Amino acid sequence: MFWDRESETLARPALERFQLGQLQETVRRVAQRVPFYQRKFAELGIKPEDIKSLEDARRLPFTASADLFAAYPDGLLAVAADEPVRLHTSSGTTGKPKAVFFSRNDINNSAELMARSLVMTGVTHKDVLQNMMSYGLFTGGLVMHYGAERVGCLVIPAGPGTSERQLMLMQDFHTTAVHILPSYALYFARFLEQRGVNPRKDLKLRKAFVGAEPHTEETRRRIEEAYGIDVYNSYGLTEMNGPGIGFECEHKAGLHLWEDHFLIEIVDPVSGQPLPEGERGELVLTTLRREAMPLLRYRTHDITSIIPEPCACGRTHRRLNRIVGRADDMLIVRGVNIFPQQIERILMSTPQVGPNYLIVLEGLDDMAIQVELASAGFDGQVEHLSGLRHQLAEKFKTELYVRPKVELVPAGSLPVTEGKAKRVIDRRSL
Amino acid sequence: MNLVAVFVENKPGQTARITKVLADAHVNICWVTIAHSGSFGVMKFLVNNPDQAVLSLQEKGLMVSRLEVLAIEAPNQPGSLQAVADCLAQHGINLANCSGFVANHRAILIIETPDLAKARAVLEQQGLRLLTPEEMLSL
Repeated sequence: MFWDRESETLARPALERFQLGQLQETVRRVAQRVPFYQRKFAELGIKPEDIKSLEDARRLPFTASADLFAAYPDGLLAVAADEPVRLHTSSGTTGKPKAVFFSRNDINNSAELMARSLVMTGVTHKDVLQNMMSYGLFTGGLVMHYGAERVGCLVIPAGPGTSERQLMLMQDFHTTAVHILPSYALYFARFLEQRGVNPRKDLKLRKAFVGAEPHTEETRRRIEEAYGIDVYNSYGLTEMNGPGIGFECEHKAGLHLWEDHFLIEIVDPVSGQPLPEGERGELVLTTLRREAMPLLRYRTHDITSIIPEPCACGRTHRRLNRIVGRADDMLIVRGVNIFPQQIERILMSTPQVGPNYLIVLEGLDDMAIQVELASAGFDGQVEHLSGLRHQLAEKFKTELYVRPKVELVPAGSLPVTEGKAKRVIDRRSL
Repeated sequence: MNLVAVFVENKPGQTARITKVLADAHVNICWVTIAHSGSFGVMKFLVNNPDQAVLSLQEKGLMVSRLEVLAIEAPNQPGSLQAVADCLAQHGINLANCSGFVANHRAILIIETPDLAKARAVLEQQGLRLLTPEEMLSL
């Protein structure tokens, strides 16, 4: 199903011509209106007229998160200060956040892309979408809300609230789709089990859209099996629109990134040099239609690769592979680079293991992984538990080249957060 | 015969936490063993009211499982354990866990094995008596 068939299936040459026009327009606008880019262009000795092809985009300056922090609160605005209609922020780990402004058209576009994304998974106006993401400064709640309303769904703006209330809404209003953090989806499945609620029989749930946290294919499968539903991966970041800029279609084989709104590049995360299509590197995005706050070559820190082959769904917008991890999330333990997703993949493909885990770095450079057992993963045999621990330690050794200490803990004993899951605690004295 | 097995973290106070749940539920423990393996272990109980024990432990968020074992009564004399072990060995049955004691001049052996049904059959054939839970509780 298509929301905007013409835009979604535009032939590549036409799509690229359109991209070039939008890129040139964006570059002209920031050169006129944004002092930050005026400075950068002067440093690099480039003028808007120099951008004659899409390849010329690589001559443009990068925009880093640090630039957004430095521009806080409104240094990157390309419109008059009274023109934006909405503000979102992206949390900084320390101090001030990154502020992102949206004009009326920007909001309209973000809803439009969200609508395309939902419809491509089969959502219709008959669906009841319970939005369990946080509303407010975080984009996850509002952007999905506007998109689902546009499709004509009944949208329940539940927010992250308590599991008790989520279940009540789901039962009373016959929720068919949820927008939810993957870690919370796993937790909520356990909550249902404890309540004796069988989601296959007792709920009308058919689909879940999960995002805002990097997660693995194994986690998706677990959620699908726990509820008996289809789970679609959603990619986004506040600096762009939030959710809905990249989304899976019914084939669940990579995230279609809406290329009529964003220019995709994959670069070497260290050198910043563009990488050939299909190679894994850092995703760099340029907004092609943003009015309030256009961003050129924004370094997302997300590690992925482009899938060059066309998708069976007929959309011409290229797909990205599942995000391997955010470069910021990478851990370095005893000189080895480790993404938490590598650990998650091993855990989530082990049936005796539950949904929650915690990576603890401590001492000089020691890694311990606390692993919750699945409720059904305990058969009373200490030998089986020792065997499981040994088996996990071996898998970690093979995958990570580091042998962590594996600690098995009872189901439900690790802390659960309502927001994004906290999976790593670093208290090393390095 | 069923034992109640509980996952326990190897931290101070964990055993007391579990036994308190059983005490508060007025469950009487007739036999107990704790097996530890590093940061965790398993406590196994024979109790007078296993259903209540499982329910109360689960309510407190503990991981519980039931474990089927055999309680064998052997003559209280030299060579009894040997006879049991020999009988199982001859039929290719492996012992997973085993513990034994003498109470009121009766020698009792509690065994866990993956081949429970087969073990039961060969032991009874050998003329050994397998105790019911009621018999175990009234030793």
